[in-house]
Amino acid sequence: MVQRLISADEATAGGFPFAYGYLTRLDPRLRIVLAAVFAVAVVALSDLIALTGAVLLAASLLPLSGLPAKRTFKRMAGMDGFIIFTLILLPFSVSGTPIFTVFGIHASWEGLWQAVEIALTANAVILALMCLVGSMQPVTMGHALHALKAPPQLVQLLMFTIRYIETLRSEYLRLRGAMKMRGFKPGTNWHTYRSFGYLVGMMLVRALERSERVLGAMKCRGFTGRFVLLEDFRMRAQDWTFAALFLGATVLLILIELRHVFA
Amino acid sequence: MSLLELHDITFAYPAHGLTLNGACLRLGAGERLSITGPNGAGKSTLLKIAVGLLRPASGRVVAFGQDRRTEADFTEVRRRIGYVFQDPDDQLFCPTVAEDIAFGPLNLGKSKEEALAIVDSILGRMHLSHLRDRITHHLSGGEKRLVTLATVLAMDPDILILDEPTNALDIENEARLLEILQSLPQAILLISHSADFREKIAPCGYRLADGVLTPLD
Repeated sequence: MVQRLISADEATAGGFPFAYGYLTRLDPRLRIVLAAVFAVAVVALSDLIALTGAVLLAASLLPLSGLPAKRTFKRMAGMDGFIIFTLILLPFSVSGTPIFTVFGIHASWEGLWQAVEIALTANAVILALMCLVGSMQPVTMGHALHALKAPPQLVQLLMFTIRYIETLRSEYLRLRGAMKMRGFKPGTNWHTYRSFGYLVGMMLVRALERSERVLGAMKCRGFTGRFVLLEDFRMRAQDWTFAALFLGATVLLILIELRHVFA
Repeated sequence: MSLLELHDITFAYPAHGLTLNGACLRLGAGERLSITGPNGAGKSTLLKIAVGLLRPASGRVVAFGQDRRTEADFTEVRRRIGYVFQDPDDQLFCPTVAEDIAFGPLNLGKSKEEALAIVDSILGRMHLSHLRDRITHHLSGGEKRLVTLATVLAMDPDILILDEPTNALDIENEARLLEILQSLPQAILLISHSADFREKIAPCGYRLADGVLTPLD
C-alpha cells in the first residue's frame, strides 16, 4: 500500500515529471519529427560556430518547454558522464599539432577540436530531444508514434510498459517488504544471492501469469489481435508557425556550416 | 430460453486431480445466480470454461442456444458475456480510463466517435465521469473495481460474470457497486464469499465442492 501515497495532481499527470509550456501545447507528432530532423542536421554539422548556434537553439527551447532547468541540466550532465572519457582521450588519440605532452604522449589541437565538436553535438541533440519529446507524457508519445506509423508492435510494447511498470514495481516492493519483515538484510553472501534470485524468479513467474490473465481479460472484451488507439492529433496554426521557425533556424545552422562553400 | 448451459464439465490442471468433475449449470435470461465454495474449489475455472478461456476435458458449453467448441465460437460468446476479473490490474491495461472503456466497443467494430460516446454515457450513468482521463494504475482499489465494471458494461453484454467483485472494497464502494449492480438488467453469475453481498445480488445459486455444483436452497 506504499504506492497509494500519490497526490491527486500527480495522478492526473500520470505521476511522471510533466511539463506545461508553450511546446507542450504543440502537436506531439510535430515535436517528435522536429527533434529527429534537428538531430540529423546537427550530427551533420562540424563547424564550431554552427554547433554553438545549435546548442543555443536547443537551449532556447528550454524555457518554452516548461521543464525545470536545473533537473534538465542535471540529466544532460548524466549523458555527458557517458562520453566524458572519449572526450578526454580524443586529444591524445588523434595525431596533429601538439599542445602539450603527458607521459610522452602528445595531445593535439585537432583532437581537442573533435572533442569539443562531439560535446557540442551531443548536448545540442539531447537538450532539444528533452525539450521537444521529453516534455511529453509517455502515453502521448506512444500515441504520437502510432500516428507517425511507427511499427505497431513497438508502440504496443511501449504502451504495455507504461501501464505495467508501476504494477511490477509495487509487486517488487511488496515482495521486498515481506522479505524485510522476516528479517532479511542483504549482504555479500550466498543467502542474499539466492534470495534475490528467488525474488527475481518470482517476479518473472508472476509477470508471466499476469500476462496470461491480461490476455484472457482482453479476449473477453473481443480482442482479436488488432489495437485501435483513440487520440486524434491536429496541426493548428501555432504548430505550423513553430515548425516554420524551428526548421528555418535549423536551415540557418546548415547555411553557417556551408558559408565557406558559397563564399 | 436459457442463455448459458454447462453440461457435465470435467477439468483438470496438469499434475492435479480433477478440479471439476461433472459440473452442471443453467442460467436463464435476467436470472441471477451465485456460486460459492471453498478456496481453490474451481469457481474461477468454471467461469473461464464458460467463456472459452479454458477448455474442458469433457462436457458441453451451450451459450445463447448454440454448442460452443472452437475459439471462433467463443469469440462471439465473449462479446455477449461481460467478465469482471478478480484482480482489476489484470483487466485495466490501457493507460487511461477512457481508452480502457473504449477498447471493447472498438473491438466490436464501433467507430472512434461511437466508442467515445459510449465511454461518456457509461461513465455518466455510473457517476464516474471525473475518472475519464485518469491514468488507470493510479486509481484507488475501489475506483479500479468500478472502472472494470464500466469497461465490461460498455460492450452491452447479456450476461455479467463477476469474480469476487467485493474483494478489497471498502463499505462505501461496496455500497456503490451494489447500487449499480441492482440497477442493471443483465443476467448475473456471481462468485462471492460475502454472504451478505450474495443475499442482495443473487440469493439463489450453487455451491461448488468436490468438482460438482449443488443448488443452494
